Amino acid sequence: MIERIRRVTIGLWVMLGFAYVLLPLLLVVWMSFFASEIPRIPPQGYTLNWYAQALENPQFSNSFLFSLQVALFAATLGLLLSVPATIVLRRSRSAFAAAAVQFLTAPLIVPTIVIGAGIYISLVLLEIMTAIPAVGSVWALGLAHTLITIPWCVRLLLANLSTLDNSVEEAAASLGANPLTVLLTMTLPLIRSGVVAAALFGFVVSFGNIELSLFLVAPGQTTLPIAILQYLEWKLDPTVSAVSVAQIVLIGGGLLIADRYVKLTRVV
Amino acid sequence: MANLTLRALSKRYGSFDAVKDMNLSVSEGEFLVLLGPSGCGKTTTLRMIAGFVGPSSGTISIGDKDITALPPHKRNLGIVFQNYAIFPHLSVFENVAYGLRRRKIPKAEIERRTLASLQRVRLDHLAQRMPKQLSGGQQQRVAIARALAIEPDILLLDEPLSNLDAKLRHQVREEIKTLQQDLGITTIMVTHDQEEALSLGDRLVVMQNGEVQQIGNGRDLYEKPENLFVADFIGRTNVLEGAQGGAQERLFQTASGLELICRNVVGHRRAAVVRPEMISVDRVGNGAPARVIAINYLGPVCEVSLLFAGDQKLLAIVGSDRVTSLGLAPGGEVGLSIPPEAAYAV
Repeated sequence: MIERIRRVTIGLWVMLGFAYVLLPLLLVVWMSFFASEIPRIPPQGYTLNWYAQALENPQFSNSFLFSLQVALFAATLGLLLSVPATIVLRRSRSAFAAAAVQFLTAPLIVPTIVIGAGIYISLVLLEIMTAIPAVGSVWALGLAHTLITIPWCVRLLLANLSTLDNSVEEAAASLGANPLTVLLTMTLPLIRSGVVAAALFGFVVSFGNIELSLFLVAPGQTTLPIAILQYLEWKLDPTVSAVSVAQIVLIGGGLLIADRYVKLTRVV
Repeated sequence: MANLTLRALSKRYGSFDAVKDMNLSVSEGEFLVLLGPSGCGKTTTLRMIAGFVGPSSGTISIGDKDITALPPHKRNLGIVFQNYAIFPHLSVFENVAYGLRRRKIPKAEIERRTLASLQRVRLDHLAQRMPKQLSGGQQQRVAIARALAIEPDILLLDEPLSNLDAKLRHQVREEIKTLQQDLGITTIMVTHDQEEALSLGDRLVVMQNGEVQQIGNGRDLYEKPENLFVADFIGRTNVLEGAQGGAQERLFQTASGLELICRNVVGHRRAAVVRPEMISVDRVGNGAPARVIAINYLGPVCEVSLLFAGDQKLLAIVGSDRVTSLGLAPGGEVGLSIPPEAAYAV
């Protein structure tokens, strides 16, 4: 009897936790089908109209594609920097290595809006000094987004690398593999799940970012979250919900696909 | 196959000497065991030979070729790691073929040699399995096959038996011995297990605190230990303090009042060691009086702890049937004697 009460209590808590996490998401999905322009509960009928509206709105479709590009760029570059860095840093026990890890993960601790402002001011100064058009440029946005993917990549890769047995690489070396071959045939294949997870998190972090983009986007070249923000300033209709659903589906789909190749629960 | 020579090999970590001025020569086809407690420097020595650790000073050579500065992948050594270090993402076949694929060998030849190597450890029927599907003992054999497939100059074994259960350990030990003798391959094994070392090694190198304590075959180390550490580390032993008794150069007078005839000249040595199986225990009156403190039954024999001359503790190994016939029990009085030549002065 006591055992049953215990189990039911735990079950209820778990359900409560899930509800807390999922309710806002479900609410957004639900609202995207509301017929009325001003969301009201209970809804006055359902429609797919808002999805059509979202698709037809060039601002949403353009910014969606732009966000996709920025996120792909940021995630890729973040990986290219993090993989070599972590492979070198995991072996070292020096104070420098420990400091380097802290340094690489620092963007996680500093409020992103502060980083955004900092980058913006730097770009303005750069532009004044060199006359290079930096403010509002695509490359500045891409590099800034890369900056916030790095802490995630580094954390995930280090966690994954720590499970890697040094002796496997030593065995490969003793069998005649030079350092590059060891890297290509042992290290990288063995941390594949960490690389996939890092790429995925990098992508998600960049795709959903609003604080950096606020400072760095230019007219005509906005990311999706900025486009949503701008739209919300004028209207509150469920188009935004429909756009958000598209975003949820994209990221959720990415997670599911990735999970087929690597068990995400094992690396995250 | 080749002979290996270490000259004045040292490794320092800051002010800590992991290995101190080690000189060693391993001849062709020899099975050499580096033996010692953890932290004695045996693994560091092995890792220097393998090339994973650079020595602070000294040289390592195979044949007449100095390999001290050579990276691991150019040394042609076969290594079996303590945890086997099986490549988890490659099949058994690919694990064993890995070293051959790094060499410019025709495909058909790689296949032939890989299978031959797997046959040698009787695992050819599991060639397509993934490592996860293998037992610990099978993984161990894959590791051995993988190391031997490249036909290394020297085989290095790092505590190869320590992760196996007791029964399997015995079996694998015999297999390693047979394999090593069949191939005649120069082999260096690191272990902390003296029984393993005695049964496998042609010669044993006992190490402590980074220094070689004694080099010799098992019998030498057991019967003629050069110092107390070796005497204590190899097998069990009783240490009796004292000094040479009078003019007789092999007579050792213990502080507890026994006179022992040693196998060697006592000289200025201050201790004599006596193996527990050499001590004979009899009824009171037949020998020096002693009291039984404890009896530890081990099947065919018993370990009998004795107290002699007030505070001298002695361990004797006595046949279980004799323990019964003498009616030995804790607290009982016995007579003990140490036959001539049972003691060795160190």
